[in-house]
Amino acid sequence: MDRDLLIVSNVCFFLAMVRTALALRARNYRPAGFNFCAIALGFVLQTSFLSLRGRSLGRCPITNLFEVFIFLAWSVSLIYLLIGPAYRLSLMGAFTAPLVFGLQTFALLAPIDRAHSLRQSPTAWLEFHACVSLIACGAFALACVAGLMFLVQERQLKRRRINSMFYHFPPLTDLFAAITRLLWLGFILLTLGLAAGFFTGQPLPYVQVAFSLGVWIFYAAILLARHLGKTAPRRIAALCVVAFSAALSLLWGITFLSQTRSM
Amino acid sequence: MKVFCVGLSHHTANVETRERFVGHAQTERALREEAGCAEALLLATCNRVEVYAAAADAVPTDRITRCLRANEDSLGESENSFYRHEERNCVQHLFRVASGLDSMVIGETEILGQAKKAYAAARESGGAGPLLHRLFQRAFRVAKQVRTRTEITRGAVSVGSVAVDLAEKIFGHFETRKVLLLGAGVASERTARALAKRGVRDIRVSNRSSERAATLAALVGGRAVAIEDWQAHCREVDILISSTAATSPIVTREKLEPLLRDRRDRPLFIIDISVPRDVAPDVHEMEGVFLYDIDSLQSIAQQSIAQRRQQIVAGEEIIAGHVDEVTSWLANACAGAQNPALTLRPSQS
Repeated sequence: MDRDLLIVSNVCFFLAMVRTALALRARNYRPAGFNFCAIALGFVLQTSFLSLRGRSLGRCPITNLFEVFIFLAWSVSLIYLLIGPAYRLSLMGAFTAPLVFGLQTFALLAPIDRAHSLRQSPTAWLEFHACVSLIACGAFALACVAGLMFLVQERQLKRRRINSMFYHFPPLTDLFAAITRLLWLGFILLTLGLAAGFFTGQPLPYVQVAFSLGVWIFYAAILLARHLGKTAPRRIAALCVVAFSAALSLLWGITFLSQTRSM
Repeated sequence: MKVFCVGLSHHTANVETRERFVGHAQTERALREEAGCAEALLLATCNRVEVYAAAADAVPTDRITRCLRANEDSLGESENSFYRHEERNCVQHLFRVASGLDSMVIGETEILGQAKKAYAAARESGGAGPLLHRLFQRAFRVAKQVRTRTEITRGAVSVGSVAVDLAEKIFGHFETRKVLLLGAGVASERTARALAKRGVRDIRVSNRSSERAATLAALVGGRAVAIEDWQAHCREVDILISSTAATSPIVTREKLEPLLRDRRDRPLFIIDISVPRDVAPDVHEMEGVFLYDIDSLQSIAQQSIAQRRQQIVAGEEIIAGHVDEVTSWLANACAGAQNPALTLRPSQS
C-alpha cells in the first residue's frame, strides 16, 4: 500500500516533467498551474507514504537507503513548494520534477528497501539530526537546480542564441539571489543538524562525522566566496552543482556505512 | 444576408496605393447608403484598409472601393490590389488580422487595439449591427486566445527592444541599475529612453561634445559626465551603451579588466551600436560581461521573427475552431434575418 502511494506520487512528477518537455519542444512553455499542482499532489502522496512508513517503524522513516532517498525527494518538493512561487521561479518546477522523479525512480527500482535491525534506539536528538540534515540536502538540491538554470541562461546570453525557454527563465540576478538564499537555508539547517548529532548521547561514527564536516566545509567555502565578491556568479552556480553531486554521493556513502554498522 | 470583407494591405499594395484609399469621414455612411450594405465597418491602419460589411444582396467590389477613395482620383490599376473574402473566408481573415497573423510584424498587438477602435466607432455611428457585433466580439476573443496560448508575441523584433529585453533578462528590475551612454548617437538615445521608460533612474552621458552630452542627458533624465572619466564610471554602471564615432575600439579588455576586478558578482551588459565597433569583441569572453553589437542584436531580432513564424500554425489551429463555430452561427443568423421570427440582437455574443 505505502509503495503504491509512492508510485502514484512518481506519476505526478513524471506528468509534470513530460508536460514541460512537450511544451518546451513545441516552443510553447508557459508556467501554468499544472506543474505546481502536479508537484503539490506528488508532495501530498510522498508525505502520506512517509507518514505510514514512520508509523509502522515507530520512528522517523530514514532507516535505509530507500527511505533516505524518498525523504530527500520529499525535502526537495517541500522547499520548492515553499520558495518556488515566492520567488517567481515557476520554471524551477520544470527542473525540480525530473530531479524528484529521478530520485524516487531510483529508490523504487533499486533493491535498497531492506529492513534492518537497528542498533541505536531513536532519540529526539538523533531524529532531529537526521531529518534536518536531509532537509538541508533538499535546499542544496534546489540550489543545484537554480545553479543549473543560471548556467543555461548564462550560456544562452554568452552564445547569443536565444530560444523560447530563455524568456521563461528568471533574470540572472534573481537566480543568483535565489542560489544565495538556498545556500544559506541549507547551510543553516546543515549546521543545526550537525550540531544536534553531538547531543545524541551515542558514540560518534568518525567516518560519517568526517564526511558531514567535509560537506559543511565545502558549502561554507562557497558561501564565503559568494560574499567576498571575488568569485564570478557562474562559478558559484557551477560549484552548487558540483557540491550537491558530491553531497549526494556522500549521503549514499554515509547511509551505506551506517547500515553496515547496524547489521 | 452575407458578410464579406473588401480591402487592401501591405501584402497587396504599396504605401502610395494604400494612402489613396484611407476612406474619409463619411465612408461608413456611404457604404450603407450608396453601396447598399446593411452593416459596414472600416478598419484603416497604416498597413491595411478594409471594409467588413453585411448585405442582403451582393455588393460589387468596385462599389466598395469607390467609397474608400480619399479623393476623386480614378481607380486605375489600383483596383487589382483589392481582395475580397466572403462568409467563412471573411471570418477567417478577420480572426487572422485581429490576432496579428496577417500583420507585417507577425504577432504585433497594435492591430487588436486598432480593430477595437474601429469597432467602437462603427457601433457609435450605427455601422456595426448584430452580425458585425458578434463577429468582432468573437475576433477579440480569438485574438486574446492566440496571444495567450501561443508564443506569437514572444521576443523583441527591433534592435532597441532586443537590447532592453536582454537587459531585463540579466538584471530583472531596472530601478537601481546604472547606465552609462558613451557617445550621444541617435540609436543610443533611443535605447536609453526605452530603459528610462522601464524604470532606470541613473543615466550618465559621456560625449566628446559636453554640450551634446548635456542636451542628451536632459532628454533622457540623466546627467552629463566628462568623457575623460568614463572608465571610472564603468566601475559603477550595470549597462554601458556605446555609440561613438571612434574609428577603432575604445573599450578593450585591457581597459576593462582592472575596472571589473572588484565587482565580479555584478554583471556588465554592453550594447555597442556603433559602426565601426567601439568595443573590442574579446570583451565578451570576460567573466560576467555580455557584449552585444548591432549584428548580434539584429540576429536575435531575426530569431524572434523566425520563432513567431513557427507559432503561426498554432495560431491558425485556434482560429480554425472558432471559424467553424462562427460560420455555422452566421448561416443560422442570416437565415433568421430573412425570417422575422428569428431576430438578431446585438447583445447576443
